Amino acid sequence: MKKLTFRRGGVRLPDSKLTAGKPIVEVEAPEVAVVALGQHIGRPARAVVSPGDRVARYQLLAEADGFISANIHSPVTGTVKSIGPVCGANGYDIDAIIVESTEEDRDSDRAMMPVRVRTDVEIAAMSPDEIRRAVRGCGIVGLGGATFPTDVKLTVPEGKSADVLIVNGAECEPYLTSDHALMLESAEEILKGVEAARRACGAAQAIVGIEENKCDALRRMAEAAGGYPATEVVGLRERYPQGGEKQLINAVTGREVPAGKLPIDAGAVVVNVGTAYAIWRGLAYGEPLVRRIVTVTGPDVEGRGNFRVWNGTAVATLLELAGASAEQGSKLVLGGPMMGHAAINPDAPTMKGTSGVLLLPPSMSGRLEPDACVRCARCVSVCPMGLEPYLISTLCRFGRVKEAREHSIANCIECGCCSYICPSSRPLLDFIRLGKSKR
Amino acid sequence: MIYCISEIVLPAAALGVLGALAAVLLCVVVKRFAVVEDDRIGMVEELLPGANCGACGLLGCHDFAVECVRRGGPEGIVCPGAGEEKMSQIAGIFGKDGAGKAARNIAVVGCGGAYAHRFPAAIYSGPKLCRIESRIGSGPMSCSYGCLGCGDCTSVCPFGAIRIDPVSRLPLVDEGGCTGCGKCVEACPRNLISLRPQGPKGRRVWVGCSNRQRGAVARKGCSVACIGCGKCVRTCPFDAVEVRDNLAVIDPAKCRLCRKCVAACPTGAIMTSNFPAALSNQ
Repeated sequence: MKKLTFRRGGVRLPDSKLTAGKPIVEVEAPEVAVVALGQHIGRPARAVVSPGDRVARYQLLAEADGFISANIHSPVTGTVKSIGPVCGANGYDIDAIIVESTEEDRDSDRAMMPVRVRTDVEIAAMSPDEIRRAVRGCGIVGLGGATFPTDVKLTVPEGKSADVLIVNGAECEPYLTSDHALMLESAEEILKGVEAARRACGAAQAIVGIEENKCDALRRMAEAAGGYPATEVVGLRERYPQGGEKQLINAVTGREVPAGKLPIDAGAVVVNVGTAYAIWRGLAYGEPLVRRIVTVTGPDVEGRGNFRVWNGTAVATLLELAGASAEQGSKLVLGGPMMGHAAINPDAPTMKGTSGVLLLPPSMSGRLEPDACVRCARCVSVCPMGLEPYLISTLCRFGRVKEAREHSIANCIECGCCSYICPSSRPLLDFIRLGKSKR
Repeated sequence: MIYCISEIVLPAAALGVLGALAAVLLCVVVKRFAVVEDDRIGMVEELLPGANCGACGLLGCHDFAVECVRRGGPEGIVCPGAGEEKMSQIAGIFGKDGAGKAARNIAVVGCGGAYAHRFPAAIYSGPKLCRIESRIGSGPMSCSYGCLGCGDCTSVCPFGAIRIDPVSRLPLVDEGGCTGCGKCVEACPRNLISLRPQGPKGRRVWVGCSNRQRGAVARKGCSVACIGCGKCVRTCPFDAVEVRDNLAVIDPAKCRLCRKCVAACPTGAIMTSNFPAALSNQ
């Protein structure tokens, strides 16, 4: 099998996939589900329930507010306790709906069996528009981390066309294995979802890209893809940030997405394997996106593994489940170590985009004291977007944002390769982010 | 011999002639295209601080000087940075005595959560800049609305009038130096700093808290947080206090500096300045 990769920059990270090959463990729904209203990119959803209402599992709690927004459903049966600010993972308040369930509610939830609403034949007969509407109804967003509403992605704008659907199974972040576990256990279902997504965006071909460190998943998916003539599975060389949309398109098709343009301008649509699975669940069972696989991991986490978690479960519950204890000075990260966000509040709820919970011991937590830039240009050579991070970061530091823009700061995908590789451990990305945020 | 003389004298003569021509040309140009600028612009500018802070409402110190000349004196415009003495000197240039006094604004910090009032919630080891720190998370201290203490306000102040107190780790405003230019107001990522009129004898009363969380939550993070109880609203005889989003706000236009609210506040979130020490203890 050929091994592809993207052309420019990137780093080879120690993959640290401590939970690779671990089976997916089902986690009970929480007694109190904290369902955030802003779980996706775009406008937060608007609540359609009010405190005191009885809600059933899978019931709509908040509806999409605008085109780039997503529906949010209840992960549990119970009573809406309150709608208002709760402390989020980064310590700031986020708006959330709190649903409390009783013991009886949980028993009835447990007894609930998935009901097939559409057979495979019926799904195959759905029109692209019907698929998109079903996907929107289920509140499906990109599960790779960016949580962009999937139906928007599958809507090809007028005058443009997609000829290839690229399915992201790269999972290039160290530690994370949620996509890996899903590919091992649900290859068939993923491919069915891929097929539906491919038809929805009108692409002739679907290509699943999987990094070679997951050769069991690669084999499993390639076997399953035998029954889908339009779907091809390709192996990718292990390299970060291969899971970035633009990098993956380049790796798989050799095409280059023009600066400031979207993947569709290169004739490609990219979805994650987790998203493809969610699409299939949504179409076949009418199941909205209320749970996902979360890797709970860390060098000192005894019971680390891959868990299927209902949205709104507290991160602390997952850590407890994995037998992890956060000691003074350890670092909690939601997501992978490169793109994830440090969390201050372990009681924060998991969301649609929470792909992993990573607990790093104190020895791996702090940052090194930055030294002067030695002009080694390593950041330039690893930048997958071909930028000059040392320059942009310095310009941003001194507030010269206009010049930073002339050096294409907007193209930065915030992958963190520059900060990772810097021998002087300079906080390059922090300053670039600062510059990007300025108007 | 003649050859030698011509070699030295001719170039010198040619250059001399060229120089003379250029001098004549320059003289003509200077006379012909001269821009007459009022001397007073330069005189006024010399008296101004030259920080171009914009506190006067104009683009910079030169603009202020031009405006003074246009108005025939510092009528209705004041440079807070220059101070009263310099302003009367500026008025003197225009043959007037005493400058018009403008209501002077001073930066006040809407956070009283000193290090001792809050507790550490996280460790931050990134770049020591409030605007980066606030993007990553709510900061190392327990309140997600309070001061981060990295001093972004300090580094933008053109007059060095704001500094971080090493004990409380909160910004301290030097009232003599502050011109009310508002640079620190813009720099603070938490919007903690605001401009308030100085008041008689420099006295001011303001709410030293910006937390909009519910009272119990706010109090959990900081012992001097405003809990939005509304005692100050009920106590105020002048109707100057209002509670918006669980946070009390004192309207400087209505406040008569009676300090009844200060005594009523159960958490001590209301701050005062320039009152006599004996009275402040009440």
